[in-house]
Amino acid sequence: MSIRHGLLALLERGPRYGSQLRTEFESRTGSTWPLNVGQVYTTLARLERDGLVAPDGEDAAGHTLYAITDTGRAELREWYERPVDRANPPRDELAIKLAMAVGSTGVDIRAVIQSQRHATIRAMQDYTRLKATALAALESGQARERDDVAWLLVLEQLIFQTEAEARWLDHCEARLVRLSLTADRRAAAPEPPQAAADDAPAPTTTDRPRTARTRRA
Amino acid sequence: MSDRHQTRQPVLQLERLVRTHGSGATEVHALRGIDLAVHPGELVAVMGPSGSGKSTLLTLAGGLDTPSSGRVLVEGTDITTASRKQLASLRRRSIGYVFQDYNLIPALTAAENVALPLELDGTSARKARVAALAALAEMNLGVLADRFPDEMSGGQQQRVAIARALVGDRRLVLADEPTGALDSETGESVLGLLRSRCDAGAAGVLVTHEPRFAAWADRVVFLRDGSVVDETLRSHADSLLSGQAGIQ
Ligand SMILES: Nc1ncnc2c1ncn2[C@@H]1O[C@H](COP(=O)(O)OP(=O)(O)OP(=O)(O)O)[C@@H](O)[C@H]1O
Ligand SMILES: [Mg+2]
Repeated sequence: MSIRHGLLALLERGPRYGSQLRTEFESRTGSTWPLNVGQVYTTLARLERDGLVAPDGEDAAGHTLYAITDTGRAELREWYERPVDRANPPRDELAIKLAMAVGSTGVDIRAVIQSQRHATIRAMQDYTRLKATALAALESGQARERDDVAWLLVLEQLIFQTEAEARWLDHCEARLVRLSLTADRRAAAPEPPQAAADDAPAPTTTDRPRTARTRRA
Repeated sequence: MSDRHQTRQPVLQLERLVRTHGSGATEVHALRGIDLAVHPGELVAVMGPSGSGKSTLLTLAGGLDTPSSGRVLVEGTDITTASRKQLASLRRRSIGYVFQDYNLIPALTAAENVALPLELDGTSARKARVAALAALAEMNLGVLADRFPDEMSGGQQQRVAIARALVGDRRLVLADEPTGALDSETGESVLGLLRSRCDAGAAGVLVTHEPRFAAWADRVVFLRDGSVVDETLRSHADSLLSGQAGIQ
């Protein structure tokens, strides 16, 4: 999440001071990503160092104002035009957890999935309720429309994101059930007489993971 | 809000509900002892893998199938022991259904399909038509009133079926994948409608595979192999996001 570009976008509408930027950032995004004032000032200092903003005097109350520079405007425009980088997916704790749970003894992976599903759906219930409130506010034509629309978009992004996670969990569970059924069936098949021995797996089963691993490497 | 629910009689109460199909080697345990209470004002979503018993639960709740054991109470009446006549009237008057396949009557227009349950219950044809047109209008389907099912898209038929389930003063709405044939936006408006019916005091049970639609519910119940394995409550905290004050 780019605080830098968020602040530039707000400054494009005119000079602002630090805590004002923080307030506006949060009302746009419904405090989904709370900022502290320290983060705002550190970011402003870096933006100033890079020539993207410049100090612009003080307001009547003595707050130091910052203004966007032409370089800053160019950077902002470029940010809007550039797709968000998807080439290096962020590390996802849940994906790592499930990957680790596969095949580890003493972990009931379906229980891991269900407890996550519970938390995920629960979060969706909350987001959905917030969304219903936001929609009602918009439809009743209440003030601050720009912030409300921005907030609605952010909320819906959270809903779609949690939805993707919930669907993926359903898929993982169904996949694991199907795989364990095929494994059962293979184990039940009378064909290879040595299949019963745990430490002497049939050659086909040792081959397959190896090819998979080589292919991925 | 759960306090309010607790003090009132549930609209739907399932007690140790069991449904077994067949016997011996071909025995299928569709439901293995379900307890569930749905109170006025409450929307409950039922989720679970295919074959976990969701549709079975709904058909039993609506008196369309008989349990192997256990009870189904609708507004206090045990529908598993009610007379056919009692059951039929309860089904028409108190219970609205949306089925997985929408089951409109092909020989009737949209308005006639929606008016049918009211007419069967003794409402005059004219009054029933007025109510049907209102229900259709509520779903933005007014223009379809005089079309037959085979003159409508799948999504339109589904919405007519939903209008039929909601027409009149239904106390209990049972919906099995009501958003199946609908695009995301339309599906959402259907859920909004179901939600507002429940907010107005009805009880709803919604079967869905779509987490985004289940999220409209007050409670999500997870079924697996005929048993409830988990359920969520909507949190009572006003928000899980911190500084919500800004948008109130
Ligand atoms: N008439 C029947 N005879 C035998 N088995 C049945 C009958 N009806 C349902 N079943 C079985 O009962 C189980 C539960 O079925 P049900 O239709 O309730 O599942 P579901 O959760 O609604 O699935 P889906 O998500 O696919 O609609 C399944 O294993 C199904 O095969
Ligand atoms: Mg079903």
